[in-house]
Amino acid sequence: MSILRYAVYRFGTMLLTLLVVSALIFLIINLPPGDYLSNQIAELRASGQSAGVAKAEFLRKEYALDRPLWQQYLIWIGFIPGPQGFSGLIQGDFGWSFEFDRPVADIVGESLWLTVLVNLAAVLFVYLVALPLGVLAAARSKTWVDYTSAFVGYLGLATPNFLLALIMFYYGHKYFDLPIGGLMDPIYEGQPMTWDKAKSILIHLIVPTFVIGTSGAAAMMQRLRANMLDELGKPYVETAIAKGMSPPRMLAKYPLRMAFNPFVADIGNLLPSMVSGSVLVSVVLGLQTIGPTLLTALKTQDQFLAGFVLMFVALLTLVGTMISDLLLVLLDPRIRYEGRDA
Amino acid sequence: MTPLLSVRDLSIGFGRGPDVVRNVSFDVMPGQTLALVGESGSGKTVTCRGILRILPKTAQIRSGEIVLNGRSGGLDLASLPERRMRDVRGDAVSMIFQEPMRSLSPLHKIGNQVSEVLWLHKHMNEKEARRQVLDTFARVGFPDPERAYDSYPFEMSGGMLQRAMIAMAMVSKPDLMIADEPTTALDVTTQAQVLGLMKDLQQDTGMAMVLVTHDLGVVANMAEQVVVLNKGRVMESGSAALVLNDPAHAYTRQLFDAAPAIPEVAELAPALVEEDLILELRSVSKTYRMRSQSVWKPDVLIHACRGVDLNLPRGKTLAIVGESGSGKTTAARIALGAEPPDAGGEVLFRPERGADTVAVHKMSRAERTAFQKQAQMVFQDPYSSLSPRMRILDALTEPLDIHEIGTRAERREMAERKLLSVGMNPDMLQRYPHAFSGGQRQRLSIARALMLDPALIVCDEPTSALDVSVQEQILSLLEDIRDEMNLSYLFISHDLAVVARIADEVAVMRQGLVVEQAPPDTLFYNPKHPYTKALIAAQPTPDINRPINLKLVAQGAGSPESWPEAFRFSGTVIPSLMQLEPGHKVRCHV
Repeated sequence: MSILRYAVYRFGTMLLTLLVVSALIFLIINLPPGDYLSNQIAELRASGQSAGVAKAEFLRKEYALDRPLWQQYLIWIGFIPGPQGFSGLIQGDFGWSFEFDRPVADIVGESLWLTVLVNLAAVLFVYLVALPLGVLAAARSKTWVDYTSAFVGYLGLATPNFLLALIMFYYGHKYFDLPIGGLMDPIYEGQPMTWDKAKSILIHLIVPTFVIGTSGAAAMMQRLRANMLDELGKPYVETAIAKGMSPPRMLAKYPLRMAFNPFVADIGNLLPSMVSGSVLVSVVLGLQTIGPTLLTALKTQDQFLAGFVLMFVALLTLVGTMISDLLLVLLDPRIRYEGRDA
Repeated sequence: MTPLLSVRDLSIGFGRGPDVVRNVSFDVMPGQTLALVGESGSGKTVTCRGILRILPKTAQIRSGEIVLNGRSGGLDLASLPERRMRDVRGDAVSMIFQEPMRSLSPLHKIGNQVSEVLWLHKHMNEKEARRQVLDTFARVGFPDPERAYDSYPFEMSGGMLQRAMIAMAMVSKPDLMIADEPTTALDVTTQAQVLGLMKDLQQDTGMAMVLVTHDLGVVANMAEQVVVLNKGRVMESGSAALVLNDPAHAYTRQLFDAAPAIPEVAELAPALVEEDLILELRSVSKTYRMRSQSVWKPDVLIHACRGVDLNLPRGKTLAIVGESGSGKTTAARIALGAEPPDAGGEVLFRPERGADTVAVHKMSRAERTAFQKQAQMVFQDPYSSLSPRMRILDALTEPLDIHEIGTRAERREMAERKLLSVGMNPDMLQRYPHAFSGGQRQRLSIARALMLDPALIVCDEPTSALDVSVQEQILSLLEDIRDEMNLSYLFISHDLAVVARIADEVAVMRQGLVVEQAPPDTLFYNPKHPYTKALIAAQPTPDINRPINLKLVAQGAGSPESWPEAFRFSGTVIPSLMQLEPGHKVRCHV
C-alpha cells in the first residue's frame, strides 16, 4: 500500500520536474539571438527573394514566433491556444521542423524507437557484463581473474567510443561478416515491421550495443567490485559462513544484495549519458537514432525539433530515475520502513 | 569421558609473520563451558575462529589438530576438506558474534536468516523450518515470536538481536556453541539477562560452549573451565573455581587486580559538600521531535532528558550512569553547550571560585569561545577521535592554534609538558596515531583535552573501548591529573564499577530521568531504587560464589510501569525525586 502511494507521489514529482525541465529547455534553445525563421528572412532579404520572405513571415505568424517568449512557451506545451487553437506537446502535436520542412513527429518517428532500442540494449549489455564480472572480480580479488577483468575494463574505459566503433566495424565485418552501418538493411527502411526486418535490426544492433555499452560496463564493474569488497569484510558475511553456506550461495544472498543498491540507483544516470554519449557513435556508425537529428536541429536553431528531442531525453532520464527509486524501495527494507513506528 | 572438542598444539599465523597463536591446547567436555580469557591481541578470537576455520584469508593453521567428537564421530577440523567443513559449521558447531547489529544482514528478515540454518543442514522446507524457528524464538525469550520472525534487524534492540543470534546458533541443536564476546556490546543489565539465557539453554540442551571474553566476571558466572591466553600462548588453564580463587600465574593475577568491581561497603558516605559549584544544571529537559511520515499522525516526541538537576562542585567528579538511551549523553552535550536545553532549563558555569557565572544555554559567540577554553571533552573511542593524518604534535597544538595562544615554540613546549603529565614520552610528537595502542591513544586524547588548561572535562565513557588492565591505568591517570590540576569531571558511563572508583557523586538515569543520586558508597551500601539495584546486581564479579542475581536484574531493568508500587511510573504520573537521607535522593512516591 505504502509502495503504491510512494509510486504515485514519485510520479507526481516526475511530472513537476518535467515541467521545470521543459521551461529550461525552451529558454536555453531561445537564448541565442533570433530564431530559425528570422535568420532565414534576413538571408532571403539579403539575396532579394521577396517571395520566400512572405512565406517565412507567414510561418512566423503561424507558429506564433512573433509573440513574447513566455507565450511561445505556453503554446508549445499546449497550455494556451496558439494560432491553431490548443495544439502543443500535451495535445500530442510536436510542432514543425523548419530545417526539414516536415512535422517533427514524421522526422523523429522511427528513430525515436530505434534510439530507445539501442540504448536499452546497451543498458542491458552493461548490466549483463558488469554483474558477473564485478562479483567475480571481488570474490577472487587480487588473483589473475581480478587483474584481467580490471585490465580489460580500463581498456574499455580508456578507448574512445568512435575509435572502438571503427575497429569493431573493420574486424566485425572481416571475421564475423557483421553488417556495416545503419540499424537495418536498407531494403527494410520505411517498411512495416516483419520477422525479417526484426532479424536484420537485431544483427545490426550487435556492434552499436557493444560500442556504446563497453565504457559503461567497465565503470559499473569497477564500482560493483569496490562495493562488494566493502561488503565482504562485514560481520554478517562471517555469520553466513559460520552457518555453513557455500560461497556462491552466500555471495549471492548477502553481500550482493547489499552491493546491489548503487547498481540499481545507476539506471537513471546511465540512460542520459548513453543517449548523449552515443551521438558521435551514431554519426560514425550511421545509426538512424535521434542523436544526429538533435545535432542538426541545435546547429540550425530548429527550435521545435530540438525542443522535442531534448524533452524526450529528459523524459527517458526521469523515467529511469523513477524506476530505480521504486526498485530501491522494493529492494531495501530500510528505505521502505523509514518512519514506521517502532 | 572423551572430550567433545580437543585442541592440541594449535598454532596459527598470518602471512609470513610469526605465530599469533602458539601451541594452544585445551579440551571441552560435553555440556560444559570453557572460557578463553585474554586481552585484545591475546589470540583468543583467532583461536575460537580457528576451530571453525573462519579466519581471514591470509591466516593459516600451521600445526596442531582440532578433534571434534560430535554427532558424526571423530573429525579433525584442522585438516577436514572445506566441503565437509561446511556441513559442520552451523550444524554440529555454531557460533555467535560480538556485535549483533552488524552480524545480521539488514536486508533480510530475521526469521529468514535463522531458518536458513535448517534449510541448509536439515533440508527442511520453509514451513517446517518456520515452526521450529518459532519454537526456538519462544525459548530465547521473544514475547511475540511471529512478529520477530517477520522483523528486520534494524527494528530491534541490541539485546533482542543477540537473542536472535543465539536462536540462530541453537536452532540446529549443535553439540558445541562458540560465543565470541557475546555480551561485550550490550548494556550491563541486558548482558546479565543474555548470559542467564545462555546458561539456561545450555542446561536444557546439554550443548557445550566455548566462551571468549575479556571479563573475568563473565567467566565466574558462566564457565567450568578457564584458559587464560596472553600473546598467543596459554598462561594458565584449569577449572574456573581453581583459577579464579587462586590464580597461579602472575598474568592472571594482574587481570584480576585490574578488573573493576563494585566494592562492598560497610557504611554510608557523608553527603557531598555542595559549595563552589563549577557547573549547575537546573531543570534541564530536552525533547526531540520525530517527524511522523503521515500528515494524519502526530509527530512523536522523545524526551531525552526530563527535569535534570545536577550540581558539580569544583575539583570533584560527578558521574552520570545509565543504559544506552537513558539520556546521559544528551545531558553531557547540553552541559557542554553543544545543544540548547528546552526553554526553562539552565546550565550555569563558574570558571573560578567566586567569579560570575556563564549561562551556557545562551552564550554569545565570544562567551562560547571563552567557555570552550575552560571546558574540554575526552571521547569514548580513541581510535576514531584522533585524525590518522595528523602528527601527534599537530593534534595536540591544534586547540592552541584555534585559540591563537603562544608562538610555535611555546606550543611545542606545552605539548611536551602535557605529554609528560599523561605519562608519555615527548619524543613521540612527530609520530602518527597508528603507531600507538588504544591505551596510549586515550592518553593522547587526554593530553589534547588538557592543552588549554581547562577547569572542566567531560569524559564520555573514556575507558569502555579499552582492555581492563589499560582501563585501570587510564582511570588512575584521570584521578591523578584531577587532583594535581584541580580539575572537575563530568563522567559519563554505563559501568557502575568504573564509576565506583572515580566518582564523588553518582546520578543514575533511566528514560531521561535521574532515578537515584548519591555518593557511590551510599549507593552501594543502601541502593533504594529497583533500577539501581538491577545495575548493581547485573555487574558480573569475578567470584564464583557471587553469581548474578537475575531476579533483581529483571525486576529493575524492566519497564518503569512494572516497578514496585513506590517507584512505579503510571501513565504521565512520575514520582518526584525525594531526599531520603542527607545526600541521597531517590525518585519514589512517599
